[in-house]
Formats: sequence, structure tokens, C-alpha cells
Amino acid sequence: MAAPNVYRPTGFDFTNELRNNFLTQKGLPLPKATSTGTTIVGCLFKDGIVLGADTRATEGPIVADKNCEKIHYITESIRCCGAGTAADTEFTTALISSNMELHALQTGRKPRVVTAMTMLKQMLFRYQGHVGAALVLGGVDATGPHLFTIHPHGSTDKLPYVTMGSGSLAAMAVFESGWKPNMEREEALRLVKAAIAAGIFNDLGSGSNIDACIITENNTEMLRNVEMPNQRVQKERDYKFRRGTTAWKKEDVRKFVVDEQTTLIGGGDEMDTS
Amino acid sequence: MDHFPTNWGRPRNDAIDAYGTYPIHSRPKNDQDAFSAGVQRTQQPIVTGTSVLAIKYKDGIMMAADNLASYGSLARFKDVRRLHPVGDHTVIGAGGDMSDFQYLQTILDELTISEFTAQDGHSLGPAEIHEYLAQVMYARRSKMNPLWNSILVGGVKDGKKFLSYVDLLGTTYSASTLATGYGGHIAQPLLREAVEGREDTLTEEQALAIIENSMRVLFYRDARSLNKYQVATITAAGVSISESKHLETSWSFAEGIRGYGAQTQ
Amino acid sequence: MPGMVSTSQPTQQSFNPYTENGGTILAIAGADFSVIAGDTRQSEGYSIQTRYAPKVFRLTDKAVLAVNGFAADGNMFVKKVRQRLEWYRHAHAKDMPIRAIARLIQTMLYARRFFPYYVYNILGGIEEDGTGAVYSFDPVGSYEREACRAAGAAQSLVQPFLDNQIYFKNQTPAPGTSFPKHLPLSTVLPLVIDSFTSATERHIEVGDGLEIYVVLAKGSTSLQGITSIRGVQELTATSEGERVFVIRRDLKKD
Repeated sequence: MAAPNVYRPTGFDFTNELRNNFLTQKGLPLPKATSTGTTIVGCLFKDGIVLGADTRATEGPIVADKNCEKIHYITESIRCCGAGTAADTEFTTALISSNMELHALQTGRKPRVVTAMTMLKQMLFRYQGHVGAALVLGGVDATGPHLFTIHPHGSTDKLPYVTMGSGSLAAMAVFESGWKPNMEREEALRLVKAAIAAGIFNDLGSGSNIDACIITENNTEMLRNVEMPNQRVQKERDYKFRRGTTAWKKEDVRKFVVDEQTTLIGGGDEMDTS
Repeated sequence: MDHFPTNWGRPRNDAIDAYGTYPIHSRPKNDQDAFSAGVQRTQQPIVTGTSVLAIKYKDGIMMAADNLASYGSLARFKDVRRLHPVGDHTVIGAGGDMSDFQYLQTILDELTISEFTAQDGHSLGPAEIHEYLAQVMYARRSKMNPLWNSILVGGVKDGKKFLSYVDLLGTTYSASTLATGYGGHIAQPLLREAVEGREDTLTEEQALAIIENSMRVLFYRDARSLNKYQVATITAAGVSISESKHLETSWSFAEGIRGYGAQTQ
Repeated sequence: MPGMVSTSQPTQQSFNPYTENGGTILAIAGADFSVIAGDTRQSEGYSIQTRYAPKVFRLTDKAVLAVNGFAADGNMFVKKVRQRLEWYRHAHAKDMPIRAIARLIQTMLYARRFFPYYVYNILGGIEEDGTGAVYSFDPVGSYEREACRAAGAAQSLVQPFLDNQIYFKNQTPAPGTSFPKHLPLSTVLPLVIDSFTSATERHIEVGDGLEIYVVLAKGSTSLQGITSIRGVQELTATSEGERVFVIRRDLKKD
């Protein structure tokens, strides 16, 4: 089939937009993409950045994952927390991480946080909010520590302490009443843990454990499950089923180990494997 | 009269074609429900107040609300009292529509007077005021003509602390810390952390510090709030509502911010 | 009122008299007892309104009602049912039997057919013949007597578990045996607790606290077992007749 001789822009195809809106209007809405309620935060301190995240992933009111990782790797000293559509945050951060590595190889320098921020905002702006990633980007580079939030439409903020996700108000309240400039590492980590805990216990979209990541000039420490305040309690009964509980209609026993005997026919016909 | 014969005998406001009798593009459009088209009384809040906060502490209840009444995004009235005493044991604080709240104040004042004139040796406590308010709010929502408020009722009577919530739907609940509006998202996490488990040990000074801190955070983050607020304390000794207080705020962190991205100057 | 607003034209943003307040309830009937339980979280959207708002209410010494859905409607409905039961007591000098309460609830719900109480009701207790009973209702009054029922936010998580563990659905008994018709209280209580801890794990609107009401028939054999349970509290004043107990447990708060 010959390719139609028309200009085709790259990226998402919006030709069905009109039709889909029409169908929605008629009561046939599109299936909803999986999205995550979340608490993610970042905070500047004396020697660098502390990032924090809860570990609950939801599909509507159902908990899809009780211990997911929301702090994504960008480079060794740049990390990115993601809230919003789960797939979008994962693919966006993976793509930018990849491009940052290539950029570092090309320039032969340690990549900067603003580079990652600019790549992310330009990509998200190009997709006009259809890539539903809400990000907290933090890291340390040659120009010092930097902390950004990036919204799904591509706008950015640069602040000393930031929060995102459905628990952002709870977490921001903790920052607003506890953040001070030039905090020590331990103090900053304690504040980030308190901010995430506020999200976990007050926002239904957030829950389970606390992840944190401390980035300083020459060291990045990923603290996976640094607090686990929501351990599952012991069940009252154990649910073991007697062998034979499941009824069957037909029994068919097959042997999966195949006995095979190879007999060589003639000589000199074997494949030349030398 | 619906002049489209295919609509006859069908529900007037059916959004879906349950029997699949039409291709989607030619499905007939039914008129709006005759009742909702004919009657217009559902309102929206006009002049509004934002959050109210309240906590339990050793001696009783402490409640706070700022003095702002907004008109949309306009800070219209900056000297409004959103805490109101009812009888000798109770304070109510309201967010939402201020005219509806002032109407509730007149109702409650009339109620207090009629209870007083009975001279039967009984007086209304916070639990009774709350129950009364909840019934009024639920009755109005059931008439589809709500009083557009979220209200906290706090008080002490017969040595018992009482703190409860009621809103425009008639929904009620109580807890040792409560907050309406944005306060429910921003202040409530701070209040729960500071108060839960300490309801019977917190002193008045400690409670005041917790409330002041929460009001400050709300002023930082709620765009419809004000740095001028009042605090009510209700104890066994009675009701006291403070004069307006001003919040101390700090904006020094802004000095260090340059732009929103790659800018350095 | 979802479904009552036409989507085919722009509509004015109007007042919605309903909301959903989350939570889950469940009830299981035994041979001579009934268990009615609910979590105590009340929420709206992603916010927890309170960690303790009861959804299970004692109506009489032999009937307990659990309500779930829109909390304001639920509280009002319980209030009105209690009022009708009090009038009955004044007229007949006895408590209304549970099957009559069930029919009363049906008529009260259907009376509001075109402006319903947005509430799922489960009524549990002891029948006049001394058997454990559970009645479950939809918001407009359709009802049925059952051995077990879950309702509310986590109904879709809990009911299949109950079907498997109470009705032994999808289980084949060992050759020459059959499954029991009624389970003892010592099995039912752990099942109830496990239902709620599991629902708390996987449903964001379930958690904070658990309240389990146990109604025992006159001279029930489960009496010895229940008094030894941690944190049990008796609500009935006399030991003759039916007896009502409540058990409170913590659930996860995230």
C-alpha cells in the first residue's frame, strides 16, 4: 500500500479527538488510564537535596501496589519523584534519564539539573498535558543543589521546598511550619519523613512506607523504605485448602520430560560447525 | 409538549438508549427534566468565609477563624466575625456563605431567647445546639435549598467537652481536631499530629501555639485567607472570643529565589 | 443524582444533595447468634473526616442495624427507625421482632423511592424462633434474609471471600463429608476480623477502627467463648434474654 502523500506530524495523533468527544457526549466515555494518588516532596538543605515519596499506587479506590518506587533515577546525582499517571511518570523519567546519559557522554561533563528540567518541561509542553506526569526533580551539579517541580503542562517552579500529588497540601503544611534555611542532613531527613507521613496518614491517595533520597555533591544515598509505619497485621486464621478442594471435570496426566534418542543417519552429512 | 413521537413513553431525561434503537448520531435529545427546568432556587455561595479550626485541650475547646469574607477572588470584607457564641456554653464557627451564616445566627439567637424565657432550669449545651443545627441543615438540603456552610460547634457543659461538625448536606462528625474548607486539607494534618492523644494534657498556651501555627500556615497557602483572625476558648468558666489578632509571617526565603527554571539573575 | 442529569446538553452546575462517605459493613448469621460489623472511618473524596464515626447501631436487645453510604442519610434513617421502634414499644409493651423491623425498614426506604436515602442497610439479630438472622437491603427497600452479606466501599472485595468461607462456594468437600450449614462464633469472628484487615490493605476508604456487634440468642452456647475475647464489652443489662456484645479493634490508619 502506497503511503499517502500528506504531511504527518510526529508525536500523538489527535485526529480522533473530535470523534471521541462526540462519543463521550453520547454517554460512551473513554476508558480511564491508571493514575496514582501520591505524596512526593523535595527539600533543600545545607549540603544538597532530600527527596521523599510514599509507596502506595492506586487505581481509583483500590490499592494497586503497596510498595512501589516513586523516586526515579535520572543520573547518579539527579533523581526525580513522579505523581500522576503511573505509566507516564515511568516512561518520561526513563526517556529523560537515557537522553541525559547520552548528553553526558557527548559533552564529557557531569550533566546539570537544569538540563533535565528543560528536557522534561519541553517534552511535557509538546504533549499539551496529555502526558500526565507531575514531577519533583532534584539534584546537585557543578552549579550547586537545585530543586524543581514540573507540572503536566510543562510549567516549572524553583523553590527551596516543594510537594506534589494528592497529599501535597498535607506535606506542604509540614514544610511551611518546619522548614528553615541551611538545615543539617539529619534535620532535613526528619522533616521530609514528617511531610510524607502527613500525606500517608491524612490523604487516602497516599499510604504504606516512606522512601527518601539524599543527594549531596559527591554522594547519593537512596533510602528505600526508610520508615515502614504500616506493617500488615497477622491474620486470625490461615487459609489453607485441602488437596482436592477444586473440582475437576477431566484428568489428563502428561510427562513434560521428553526422552529423545538421536540416531545419526549416514556420515559426513552433519552441519559444519567448525 | 414533546413533538417528537419517538420520545413518547420514554423517560424524560434518559441519557442512554437502553434498547439500542437508534444509531448514536441520530439519537433524539430529550428535554431537561420538567421540574428542574421550572424551578430555580439552587444557589451558590456569594460572599464566603474560608476555614475554621478547632481543637480539644485540657480545659475545653479552642476555635479559630480569620476575619475575611471574600467576594469571589476579591477580599471584600476584612472585619467579619465568623465565630459566634450561642448561650453560655457554646461557640459556632462557620465557613461558606456569610449571609446564610448570619441567618443561622438569628435563628439560634431566637432559639436561645425562647429557651431563656421558659425559665425551666435547663439551658442548651453544645450537643443540643449541634443537633438542632444538623436538623436545620439536613432539612434544607432535603428541600434542595441548602444553607451553604460548613460549621464547627464547640463547647463545654457539665464537665464534658464537645466538638462537632455539620455542613450543607447535613453530614455530621466529631473528632478531637476539626477543620473546615482548606483547613481540612492543610491544617488538619498539623492539628492531628499535635493534639491526638494529648487532649487532656495540653495547656491553654500550648493549644494557642498550635492554633496560631496552623492559622499562619493557612495564611501562607490558602489564597482566600487573611492574617487577621480571632480565637474562641470555651471552658467550664464560660465562653470568651478574643479581639482580632495579627499573624507574624516571614518571607525571607523569597530572597534566594531567582526565576522558575534556568535563570540565575 | 448521577444518571438523572441529561449529558446531551450543557447543564447548569446544580446542587448535589448526596455524597459518599466510604467505609464497609458486613454481617454473618450463625445458628443461634448474629455478628454485625463495620469500620469506623468516615471520609469524603481523599480526606478522612474522622477516624471514629460508628456505622453500626443497637436498635433493641435482639436487633442491630448497620448503615453505609451517605452518612447524613444514614444517621437520619437510624434516628427514624429508632423512633418507630419506640412508638411500637409504647403501643405493644414489647420490642418489635426482627422480621417486623426488616419489613418496616423496607417500607420506610420505599417511601422515599423518588428521593432515596442513599444508604445500604444490613440488619442483624435474633429471630423469634431463636435463630440468627441477617437481612440486607438496597437503598430503595428491596430486601432478603441471608446467612451473610457485605456492603459498602469494599463489598466487591469482601463478599467473594465470604461466599468462599461461609457458603463454601468453589470448594469441594472431602469424600464422604459435607460442609456445615452454620459456622460457630469461634470461626465467624476471625473471619470478620480478617475481612476487615484485608479490606483495609486494599481499599483506601476502609480503616482506622473496627466495631463488631455480637447478638446471642437466649442460652446460646457461644456465651463462654465470647467473654474471654480481648476488649469485649456487654451492652445488655440483664443476662436473661438475648445478649448484645461489642468488640472494638484498631485497623491501619493510612
